[in-house]
Amino acid sequence: MTFLRRQLPVLVTFVTGILFAAQYYVPHPLSEQMLTSVSKWLQIIGGFALVLGVTSLFHIHAVKIRRKEPGWGYSFVLYAGMVGTIVIGLWHGGKETTDGVTTAFGWIYSFMMVPLQGTMFAILAFFIASAAYRSFRARSREAAVLLIAAVIVMLGRVPLGEHLIPVSGDITQWILNVLNASVRRAILIGISLGAVALSLKIIFGVERAYLGGGKE
Amino acid sequence: MNSERRTMKVLLTVLLLMPSSAAQAESPPLPPQHVQVFDTPNDSGGSLTITWAKTDGESKDRRYQVLLQDPIAGVPKVIAEFASDSHYVQDVKTPWWTRPASQGTHQFTLKPGKGIDLKDGTSYAVTVAAVAGEQRTPAEPVQATPAPNWFNWNQINNLAIVMIFGLIVLGSIQTAKRREIFLRRIPGLDAVDEAIGRATELGKPILYLTGAGDMSEPSTVAAAVILGRVAKRVAAYETDLMVPHRDPIVMAVCQEITKQSYLEAGKPDVFKEDSNFFITTDQFSYTAAVDGIMLRKKPAANFFMGSYFAESLLLTETGASTGAIQIAGTDSDHQLPFFVTTCDYTLIGEELYAASAYLSREPVQLGTLRGQDIGKACILVALGLGTAVATASILFHLDLSFALDLVKDWK
Repeated sequence: MTFLRRQLPVLVTFVTGILFAAQYYVPHPLSEQMLTSVSKWLQIIGGFALVLGVTSLFHIHAVKIRRKEPGWGYSFVLYAGMVGTIVIGLWHGGKETTDGVTTAFGWIYSFMMVPLQGTMFAILAFFIASAAYRSFRARSREAAVLLIAAVIVMLGRVPLGEHLIPVSGDITQWILNVLNASVRRAILIGISLGAVALSLKIIFGVERAYLGGGKE
Repeated sequence: MNSERRTMKVLLTVLLLMPSSAAQAESPPLPPQHVQVFDTPNDSGGSLTITWAKTDGESKDRRYQVLLQDPIAGVPKVIAEFASDSHYVQDVKTPWWTRPASQGTHQFTLKPGKGIDLKDGTSYAVTVAAVAGEQRTPAEPVQATPAPNWFNWNQINNLAIVMIFGLIVLGSIQTAKRREIFLRRIPGLDAVDEAIGRATELGKPILYLTGAGDMSEPSTVAAAVILGRVAKRVAAYETDLMVPHRDPIVMAVCQEITKQSYLEAGKPDVFKEDSNFFITTDQFSYTAAVDGIMLRKKPAANFFMGSYFAESLLLTETGASTGAIQIAGTDSDHQLPFFVTTCDYTLIGEELYAASAYLSREPVQLGTLRGQDIGKACILVALGLGTAVATASILFHLDLSFALDLVKDWK
């Protein structure tokens, strides 16, 4: 049992880890074919795992409705929306249009899903404004530097700003291309090394917490 | 088969040597010298490379034609035509150790597409013709067969770096087992206990997000590993833990990790099967759902680990409005400003990967961090040397590409 729960997954991770790290250096079509096959396996596994996820979702909200927990009405709306969409989707064979005419399934997507997603995304503009307001209050020296840099970049990125202060465009480009890009690259180097180190730890079985728990 | 090839070669040569009547008076250009055709190295097949020597008098007025003979029709076809002072070996983006000829030699690669379909294992007759005005002088056709390769030597420097870095990491792990390694403070990770303690005092739950990625992303794996450490402490305090997911596989993995952590903390009875739950794979639906959870349940501590996209600010700003202590850790560099702005503590980039070692303090894990630091030092040295060499090559007009190629394209 310990072999199945512990050693076998580590062994599989080691073999596949080495195999697919090596795949990067092998341009042969067989290597590409192997990668494509495994990507398809992942999609199939993902499809089955979705059943697991949806079951979890149904279960949690069923419990909330049954126990009449606070906010159970939202769970009811979720059930109605999900079951309704599944039934309508099956009724129309998953098609959004039939002979150029939008089906009810397509209507749900175009006139409910898309506007709702758009609304959430649009909120971002207001959230950026409120977050910027909090950050740009020049309470410390760092915040003051941030405020000055932000004002220059904002001026340099809009036509009116560049019209009022012509040099703002050049300063903005310098801030973005020199200060911003160099720091970003430094962070990316650290991230890449961290990711490689984590991958090595996983491949060689040093990091096993992802299997459930850290120690044997 | 050989007699067929010979006939094809003769036919190709005769066809190419036929001058047009208008050009009878002009002197024909010299044929390209030292023409070599061979399978393109380090590729997946279906490609041939041609090299030929540079000759005197090459200019924009003079041209080269690359001709490929169809193995079925047997008729040579002009595949490419270009100025004679172009298409040199140094124009092709390959490192110096895989260049097929010296710099200054012409190089052209026949790739599939635009009417070319080269099949692996089939022999093709290819030649290059020099064109001046209406006159064309071809070189002797050369037979070559495309084939796929088993190793990409262009990436040997990358492999060497990975192996050296791997050895440094493994060596550092061995060192860490023998002696203690200093670890600088990471305030974001020191605050984990504070956040959990605060949630316990307030009797409110803890919200932990593993990001938008799936289990193939290192940041998601790191987030799942940190969840294990956090869950162990949460179990000890018997505080509620909520982990909403965007990926069902990540959910299944995190369920196991959480369960094990509760077991290790000696509190298996406190573990709730539905502490990890799936919401949706859709970005903004997930965001709306998590925002709703934050506003209704008002968790005392929010953890945002893993990779994030546009939803990052929507999540953290909502969390900030509820007054929760917020700790973020991400390798999504474009989302870092949002996290830094709205969270109390942010693990920037590699700190996310260091978190597991920092929280566990296991020598094996700490050794990896030391390995990373040595790797960073090596990169710093390479950056300094690369900058110096690149600057020197411009200032003193030196060709130092042999040195620059070594540190280029590590990917």
